[in-house]
Amino acid sequence: MSELIHDPMILRQIIMDHYEYPRNHELSDEEGYVSKHMASASCIDDIYVQAKLKDDVIEDIRFDGVACTISTASTSIMSELLQGKTTSEARKIIDAYYAMINNEPYDDELLQEAIAFHTVGKQANRIKCATIGWEAMKQIIEDGEAHE
Amino acid sequence: MIDITGIRRDFPMLNHKQMQSHDLIYFDNGATTFKPQAVIDAITYYYTDLSCNAHRGDYELAYRLDQAFEEARASAAAFIHASEREIVFTSGASEGLNLVAQGYGRKFLREGDIVLSTEAEHASCILPWMRACEETGAVLEYIPLDEQGRVGMEAVAEMMNENVKVIVLAQISNVLGYEAPIREICALAHRYGAIVVVDGAQSVPHLPIDVTELDCDFLAFSAHKMCGPTGIGVLYGKYALLDAMDPLYLGGGSNARFDMCGNILLKQPPYKFESGTANIAGILGMKAAIDYLSQIGMEQIHAYEQQLHRQMVDGLQRLDNIHIYNADADGAIVTFNVKDVFAQDAATYFSAHGVAVRSGQHCAKLLSEKLNTSATVRASLYFYNDTQEIKRFLALAAEADMKTCLDVYF
Repeated sequence: MSELIHDPMILRQIIMDHYEYPRNHELSDEEGYVSKHMASASCIDDIYVQAKLKDDVIEDIRFDGVACTISTASTSIMSELLQGKTTSEARKIIDAYYAMINNEPYDDELLQEAIAFHTVGKQANRIKCATIGWEAMKQIIEDGEAHE
Repeated sequence: MIDITGIRRDFPMLNHKQMQSHDLIYFDNGATTFKPQAVIDAITYYYTDLSCNAHRGDYELAYRLDQAFEEARASAAAFIHASEREIVFTSGASEGLNLVAQGYGRKFLREGDIVLSTEAEHASCILPWMRACEETGAVLEYIPLDEQGRVGMEAVAEMMNENVKVIVLAQISNVLGYEAPIREICALAHRYGAIVVVDGAQSVPHLPIDVTELDCDFLAFSAHKMCGPTGIGVLYGKYALLDAMDPLYLGGGSNARFDMCGNILLKQPPYKFESGTANIAGILGMKAAIDYLSQIGMEQIHAYEQQLHRQMVDGLQRLDNIHIYNADADGAIVTFNVKDVFAQDAATYFSAHGVAVRSGQHCAKLLSEKLNTSATVRASLYFYNDTQEIKRFLALAAEADMKTCLDVYF
């Protein structure tokens, strides 16, 4: 991972791939999904994130909506990365992602492809786009824990 | 001829300002505009040399302020060829449009009445009337736009009938920059006994405006889109209409007399709409802005903007990677997309190279039926922009694609 982080070509490729072919990019009508609507007041992004939690495990994550490259790709990567994880594992990954975005120390092994966004803060007005899907998932996990 | 070098020297924001380590190019003038030093000085002058309340004092300082205050009303009136008593100071176009919807619409609309508008209006223009209709039982109907997104007279004529009481629309659309045929619409509306409320936010800063010639019933605009301060604007209304309608607020300054039995005697227009201490610094700043524009001349400003607009459109049309939605816009607004790049990502690319443009989403109907896209980039020009800026912008536009738009993050 560590050598990848220095190659913008590869990181850009990851973002483009997830924007052009977003994973889990269809909402489900099935029962058991909780849904979070994220609409930013400061930008165009307007997405829905769905997750199916069973016991402590995130069985599925889906999303859809109108969104820019950064929010689509970051949410797509998140949906792959957190699927199948327990909520406590997911929380660790989410914390690492936020630490990376905020230029704090983080474990890049946890983040896999999500390190593509490690310099998103260069365009500070777009940090919201890089975190909108992650924030939705964080809230879904927190809401779930609050209900227990 | 416009002395562009001299003009640019007047604006602190146009001198040695950088964005992301590049010289700043500001193409978001549809949102707000930069202020010349004369406007900044007028605001400072109020706080440093003329600071007291208007219409309140028996002392000389207050008298001098009252003079300046009413001179400001006179210049606003002259700027749009109205009379002073038809100029209401508001916080901006949004307040002016809300004031008409609440003060006139809610008072006079009845169940079954029709309010006509278009599919391309700004929220500040249409939302107040949605509420006024909801409260009165009137119906809001939309004049269909033509293929390009323009308001055509035939479409307006088809929608007209005796039940139409109000037509509300922008003179120049903030999305596509098309000018509506306001004079013709007013003539038609008046034959049916309807009034016309004009959102002038995107037109008054750019065109010579004569309300007597247009014969519109109300016209609202904001100072900050025409080199003036934020938080101040004008509602023009024909005097008889202003006289008949209600103010939004009651309070000091708007009433002549009141007693504890509940009797309130309001002042005459425009004062009955201006309760509370006014945005005095804003009003004096707006006057300086109007003087500044008038000195250059609105005809000259309009002609020069057309020239810049032509240069930008011609340049963009030569680029295969750019799609323009309004090449023939009347206002200096260019709405476009970089092909295969989401509008917000394109705007970030321009920002990373020092160019301020706006990405935006449009009302569902307009976007799906006319533009066929969910969002666009808008470059809106003003008379202090120059051909060098447009050249730099065009060179950047030529390089814009998914790769370069993502490069700005690394």
